[in-house]
Amino acid sequence: MSHANTPDRQRRAIHGWLLLSPALIMLSAFALYPSVATLWTSLWSRGTRRRPSEFVGLDGYRQLLDDPTFWKVVSNNLIYAGITIPASMVIALTMALWANSKMPARSFLRTAYFTPTVLPMIAAGNLWLFFYTPSFGILNKIGALFGAEAVNWLGQPDTALWAICMVTIWKEAGFFMIFYLAALQTIPPDLREAAEIEGASRWTYTRRIVLPLLMPTTLFILVNAMINSVKLIDHLFILTKGGPSDSSKLILYYIWENAFAYFDRPAAAAMTVLVLIALGALAAFQFLVLDRRTHYR
Amino acid sequence: MMRWIEPALAVALAVVWISPLVFAVWAAFHGVSDAINFRLFSPITLENFRTAWEGAPWLRYFFNSFLLVTTILIGQFVLATLAGFAFAQVQFRGRDALFTLVLLQLFILPEVLIVENYRVAANLGLIDSIIGIGAPYMASAFGIFLMRQAFKSVPKELDEAARVEGCSLLGVLWRVYVPAARPTYIAYALVSVSTHWNNFLWPLIVTNSDSTRPLTVGLSIFGAPENGVDISVISAATVMVIAPLLLLFLLFQRQFVQAFLTAGIK
Repeated sequence: MSHANTPDRQRRAIHGWLLLSPALIMLSAFALYPSVATLWTSLWSRGTRRRPSEFVGLDGYRQLLDDPTFWKVVSNNLIYAGITIPASMVIALTMALWANSKMPARSFLRTAYFTPTVLPMIAAGNLWLFFYTPSFGILNKIGALFGAEAVNWLGQPDTALWAICMVTIWKEAGFFMIFYLAALQTIPPDLREAAEIEGASRWTYTRRIVLPLLMPTTLFILVNAMINSVKLIDHLFILTKGGPSDSSKLILYYIWENAFAYFDRPAAAAMTVLVLIALGALAAFQFLVLDRRTHYR
Repeated sequence: MMRWIEPALAVALAVVWISPLVFAVWAAFHGVSDAINFRLFSPITLENFRTAWEGAPWLRYFFNSFLLVTTILIGQFVLATLAGFAFAQVQFRGRDALFTLVLLQLFILPEVLIVENYRVAANLGLIDSIIGIGAPYMASAFGIFLMRQAFKSVPKELDEAARVEGCSLLGVLWRVYVPAARPTYIAYALVSVSTHWNNFLWPLIVTNSDSTRPLTVGLSIFGAPENGVDISVISAATVMVIAPLLLLFLLFQRQFVQAFLTAGIK
């Protein structure tokens, strides 16, 4: 085949665009256009029956920054990310090390750890109601054995967000485990033998050899966990609805509330833009820093 | 002594991890007062399932969920196959820039764009329809990426042999690439089906009648406090909703885990 052949090149270009067009049309309709439209909407005021919506520029953002609930929700989400990401990753790694070792009940361990992954968040919320409900919740029953007082886990601002975090960790850890498990299985056994011959303890071997080799996996999981800390909010609908007094409200839930409960689309759009900027920074980090070397070839 | 500590911890963690599920299954088969008082050996009853079943149009919800995951899967397969093939095997100018544009969708999540996606769906007349729930997910950057990777690893000789025998471009795709990528399709299908069987927020927003609501939305409405159903009945409903996927998972565990791995590792 000659490469400089112009009709040939033209034909290939036509083929390429034809093949891509269905996907591009759908992506434009449900990702690109809505992104631009979100930005546009965020620059308008909220229209009422008497006062139509008008262009206000960045005023909407100023209002948002003056809204104490917005800051509450942002800090909640940062706490949510700050707790669930490290916790689920550490638990995932522990699970993987155990599930990969020569333990007798290995396959039971894997199944048990992974099972929450296949359940919907809504169902997870229902399952955890049993643990949190004040009158008969299992946590309180266990606490009572040790003489602790009953706690209304979901009903008080001090504990609601933690209760939400717990469900997320429970849901995510097993999912992240499988990536660690797969990475662990690619580590050649000679390394371990060599370490043993050198007299390195299991802890030293794990810390100095296994963890560095798992670094790419860790970064991959980290990016996913960060995205999930924006995305995983379904259980709020079952467990707390963001309450009490906004103590467990997360950004995406607040966006939903603004758009579909308070019908304040510009406010929801402005928040969406801020979330998109954060996700964009994450994307840039992934493409420019993490993937430069190996991926997307 | 020391040798036993770690396995004991590992098993303890496993028990903690499945306890919410085990407890819900147990509670679903027991009366509510037995369940909340932990009478472990109280009589088993199916009453909760009967109450739950009569409390909502579950058959309709199951059917809607089934229709939804099938629709999305077909859409994703078609779009990702065509686009993945173009990105993997057709040389043309602007391809790499386009590919980067597509990959951006990995971060511009459909979940986050609910406000404007709702307007798009409304303008297209897709509110309260199965297509409306599925549309934002059909052109999935993740799927396109996955199929591109799969098609890239198909040996060039197979492609050329088929062309020599006079296959058209689509013919080559259909006869050579699609069969060769079978494992990727299976993995993608498992991930897609379990994602959308479990999806909630967007279906909640787009649907407003029982004729389109999937199981997750139905379950959340059924269990709402205003409905006054007790925790045993909620458990029964939850068990009912998760049973199909859970059984599928337990039967095909290896394939599931493999699927998530194929899908995740790039």
